[in-house]
Amino acid sequence: MSMLQAQVEGIGFWTRGLPSWAAAREYALDGTQPTDAPARPSPQLLPANERRRAPETVAIALEVAMAACESASREPASLPSVFASTHGELSITDYMCATLAADPRALSPTKFHNSVHNAAAGYWTIGTGAMQPANAISAYTASFAQGLIEALTQLHADADAVLLVAYDGQSAGPLAMMAPSEGLLGGALVLSRQGAGPRLHARLVPASAHAPATGPLARFASANAMAPMLPLFDVLARGQGTAVLPAGAAHDLLVEVT
Amino acid sequence: MAPLAIRACTATSAVGPGREALAQALRDGRTGLRRNDFGDAAVDSGRLDCWIGRVDGLETIELPASLMPWDSRNNRLAWLALGQDGMREAIDGAIARHGAERVAVIVGTSTSSIGSTETAYTALENGEFADEFARPHVHTPHSLGEFVQQATGLRGPCITVATACSSSAKVFAQAARMIDAGLADAALVGGVDTLCGSVLFGFNSLQLVSGEPCRPFDAARNGLSLGEAGGFALLERAGDGDTGLQLRGYGESSDAHHMSSPHPEGLGARLAMRDALARAGIDADEVGYLNLHGTATPANDSIEAAAVASLFPDALHASSTKGWTGHTLGAAGIVESTIALIALERGELPGTLGSRTPDPACGPQIRFASRRADIRYAMNNSFGFGGNNCSLVFGRA
Repeated sequence: MSMLQAQVEGIGFWTRGLPSWAAAREYALDGTQPTDAPARPSPQLLPANERRRAPETVAIALEVAMAACESASREPASLPSVFASTHGELSITDYMCATLAADPRALSPTKFHNSVHNAAAGYWTIGTGAMQPANAISAYTASFAQGLIEALTQLHADADAVLLVAYDGQSAGPLAMMAPSEGLLGGALVLSRQGAGPRLHARLVPASAHAPATGPLARFASANAMAPMLPLFDVLARGQGTAVLPAGAAHDLLVEVT
Repeated sequence: MAPLAIRACTATSAVGPGREALAQALRDGRTGLRRNDFGDAAVDSGRLDCWIGRVDGLETIELPASLMPWDSRNNRLAWLALGQDGMREAIDGAIARHGAERVAVIVGTSTSSIGSTETAYTALENGEFADEFARPHVHTPHSLGEFVQQATGLRGPCITVATACSSSAKVFAQAARMIDAGLADAALVGGVDTLCGSVLFGFNSLQLVSGEPCRPFDAARNGLSLGEAGGFALLERAGDGDTGLQLRGYGESSDAHHMSSPHPEGLGARLAMRDALARAGIDADEVGYLNLHGTATPANDSIEAAAVASLFPDALHASSTKGWTGHTLGAAGIVESTIALIALERGELPGTLGSRTPDPACGPQIRFASRRADIRYAMNNSFGFGGNNCSLVFGRA
């Protein structure tokens, strides 16, 4: 089975209580938590009025994407991007379905265009002026692993560096029972063929039964739908190690960081 | 890029199930559009006064019991489409050659099974989903990918791509990368989107829906007609001495301009087309047919026509086939790639159905009349909300 590799040039992270990769790393290593963490990310990429109005999943995606690019010292517009989310913006799906049930002609055009799964990708490319390709995928619990695979295969094909952004938000309304997800969680990686940072090696292996992940970050945000990405961020916080990520019906993605 | 063999290809749309129905409708100039008869006319909101491309018979399709957890209009259309044009046999052949775990499923959609979520919201019991709708795997974007995997027995990587109306074009690019990297030996790609309240009332809220059958590139065009469709293609690494249809190139880009309006100079569209030609290693004048995104909104068509005119010679035959199928959103990529492949295979280049008065703003590449010509390469453009663009180049070995 083929091995895919990349350098992890930059990392972005945000969840309620741990509003940066530095905070997440500190928490993972010694258990300390910042006392003044904001309830919502405030991505500087958006103008102030849009920053408040943007769907939470768009806000967190832009926040972690920009943080990853800054830590990699990469110009955001130069990077192709892959956005992975299990459910997209559940509050908008709830709004759409509730409005269609009550008064379909009252549907907000802004909410409608924000309802596309690639909304965060769209706002990112618009905000940064990136004309590079942007992908948006979903693969249920394998969403992060499949996003990572897509990013790594872009490097294997012809990209020098690629931005991977993964996020899920708070579920809402009657849909919450069907698509449960708590809080707000986002992670981003700038991956390159050759560059600074730890080396990441990934390959598909036969699926195994997963015990609940026990790393500090994995436990911190375990109720968010993007929690399957957290074992890799626990490994990145330690600087090296191995994470097993669910990658679908027959496979896990074995990711080693050296 | 290394060419990928297209072992099978199918599309089911308002003009009928399978590729032959599509080819016949294209030849006959028979539209699949009808007056909107979707949804419940009795409720207060009524139906929008518009035309739609509706697939007949989805209401009565019964899925096998094992697939009932994924039952939805969208997945029924996926099921119907999988049953056409020898697709199941081709999939079984790929399983026999490579093993089910070496065949990926990469499918595109914009709204997946949201129609079922909408229905559940009209029948809530004490604020919760009624039992008949309480099927979690339907109410999430990956409903389509998971259903296709369950329905085919494929066990390779399985992804749902959701970049709005470029979704089922981008699946070809993602599959090419995955096979190139050695994570799969073959891939079932495609896409399915179905009519639902979200898209009908959503596009209506943006004032993009025409009250008449759409007229792409017509001087008097005034909006799109929505449609539903599903289709699939089986891709495999091309071998020496292979003959048949192939994916030769893909190009992807972002407009970086606006969530629901195209870049005014069509820069993103040009980048996608240029990159697709570069990956195919061909010049623009070698392309014999280009299936345009051509939604029939005032903005899309003139911008796309200008982008085409900036890259291609006057002799190119380019057309929009939305007048047959309507705009099938996340399925547009696979439906219109199938049409490009029909043009390549049979030399039947479709025109632009429903359009009569050329827009002087659009160049000579835009053709309203169909034509017969043997061609070497065919292309397809699919552009989506968020400024998400994809172009594909197909050829023959």
